[in-house]
Amino acid sequence: MTDPNPKPLLAVDGLTLQYRTRDSIVTATYRVSFDVFTSDRYVILGPSGCGKSTLLKAVGGYIRPVEGSITLAGAQISKPGPDRVLVFQEFDQLLPWKTVRENVLFALVASGRLKGREAAERADHYIAKVNLTGFADSYPHMLSGGMKQRVAIARGMAMEPQILLMDEPFAALDALTRGKMQEELLQLWDETKVTLLFVTHSIPEAVRIGNRILLLTPHPGRAKAELGSTGTDLVGPDGLTLSARIDSLLFDRHPTARSNAHG
Amino acid sequence: MAEPAAAPPRPDRIYETLPEGFGVVAKPLSFWARIADNGVFRKSVLLAVLALIWQAYALWLGNSLLFPTFTETGYAFYEGMRSGALTEATFHSVWLLLKGYALGLAFAAAATAFAITTRVGADLLDTLTSMFNPLPSIALLPLAMIWFGLGEGSIIFVLVHAVLWSVALNTHAGFRSVSPTWRMVGQNYGLSSLAYVTKILIPGALPSILTGLKIGWAFAWRTLIAAELVFGVSSSGGGLGWYIFQNKNLLDIPNVFAGLLMVIIFGLIVDNFVFRVLEQRTIRRWGMQS
Repeated sequence: MTDPNPKPLLAVDGLTLQYRTRDSIVTATYRVSFDVFTSDRYVILGPSGCGKSTLLKAVGGYIRPVEGSITLAGAQISKPGPDRVLVFQEFDQLLPWKTVRENVLFALVASGRLKGREAAERADHYIAKVNLTGFADSYPHMLSGGMKQRVAIARGMAMEPQILLMDEPFAALDALTRGKMQEELLQLWDETKVTLLFVTHSIPEAVRIGNRILLLTPHPGRAKAELGSTGTDLVGPDGLTLSARIDSLLFDRHPTARSNAHG
Repeated sequence: MAEPAAAPPRPDRIYETLPEGFGVVAKPLSFWARIADNGVFRKSVLLAVLALIWQAYALWLGNSLLFPTFTETGYAFYEGMRSGALTEATFHSVWLLLKGYALGLAFAAAATAFAITTRVGADLLDTLTSMFNPLPSIALLPLAMIWFGLGEGSIIFVLVHAVLWSVALNTHAGFRSVSPTWRMVGQNYGLSSLAYVTKILIPGALPSILTGLKIGWAFAWRTLIAAELVFGVSSSGGGLGWYIFQNKNLLDIPNVFAGLLMVIIFGLIVDNFVFRVLEQRTIRRWGMQS
């Protein structure tokens, strides 16, 4: 606990990412570096087109870097794997041919983590953690959007991965459900202290969820700042709330008394 | 000088008591409404009406050599079943059909596997499908008779042709339309390539695969009857097509109708029981088809 120079769990160094569209090669991020430590709630925040989702997919191992490196606990990331579980924005990330319990079980069994009784117990444990025990035998199409995302989170957490990657998991939810889900995620983190890498385009969500926030500017994505957050949008020494400071940094606006500190 | 009236300030209101006496919340449907919701019942009524129209028209025509009545056909059907001639012909046809269908599915599986693993395979399947899918299987029968002789071999050959392209086309299209998110989920949990195909691609493409199976089945069935019409004589037993052809030569038209009725009934049974049950157990239950 008192290591003066703790090693980062996830080290991203000078990362440049490109992807191909039909008629061009797009640079999504350019020489982005950051470190995530164990039990961080690390948020990547930026407007559309800043390559934040691409960045997350690269950490997931779906995209090869053009330049730079990504290492998880010292090992180079080269392909998707169950040590980095992704929770997507889309509701269709659950397999419709499996019930809630089977979806969670499938992840544990397919990856070879656990099998038989142990897998079933672990699955039920995490389904209970997201308050879905009563729906364990339902198929995904019978659930609401928020419930589907809870299943996806349970599936990810049941894997007990080294890092949980979340790609705007609450963006497709209505505002009331989103607020509730953010609260539940923080509660889950309190209980498990799982390392989170969370991508969002919402400043209030970033301030609420993160303990560290990386700001990316668009076209291509470059790191603009990395800030700490206590989750309560406090007023800093410059007289601005954290969200107002983020707003002015991201959009190069003159900081005003404009306050949009609610989510 | 009418200024727009400002909305008046209003106090917060909290209703301490909620209204009562709204009756039942969920009222059960009436007997007739539930009967009308039953698909089997609705279709049975439809079939009965069609049979009635048939009977009325045939009675009005009064020429059983051209168009026997429903009751005459029913009697011929019953007699055919009792003597065993119709049953035997049906059994013969179905057995041949199953063999051809199974072989066609095996080829389709191999072709699709090649197509999803390599780009040249996909190009090849695309090209071959657009070449051969529009080609009626029965047009290949003369060639097949030279290659495989007058027997089961030729019929199975044309059946495979009938099944292969429609099934391969639909399965391949289904695989390509499997949601990218499901694919990423499969990769995320480290599935091996075989497990990836069986646990992600096949269930994900099941709606298209089932459509392909159904179309392939219908193509195979109609090809088989047509092929039997041409040369059922050479096959040992002779199937339904031959039964129809032979009875036409004997001018026993009610028996021709009985043969046709058997073809139709068999089609209805497979569609309404086999495929319907398959769909209900899988894609409907999973909410992939409404």
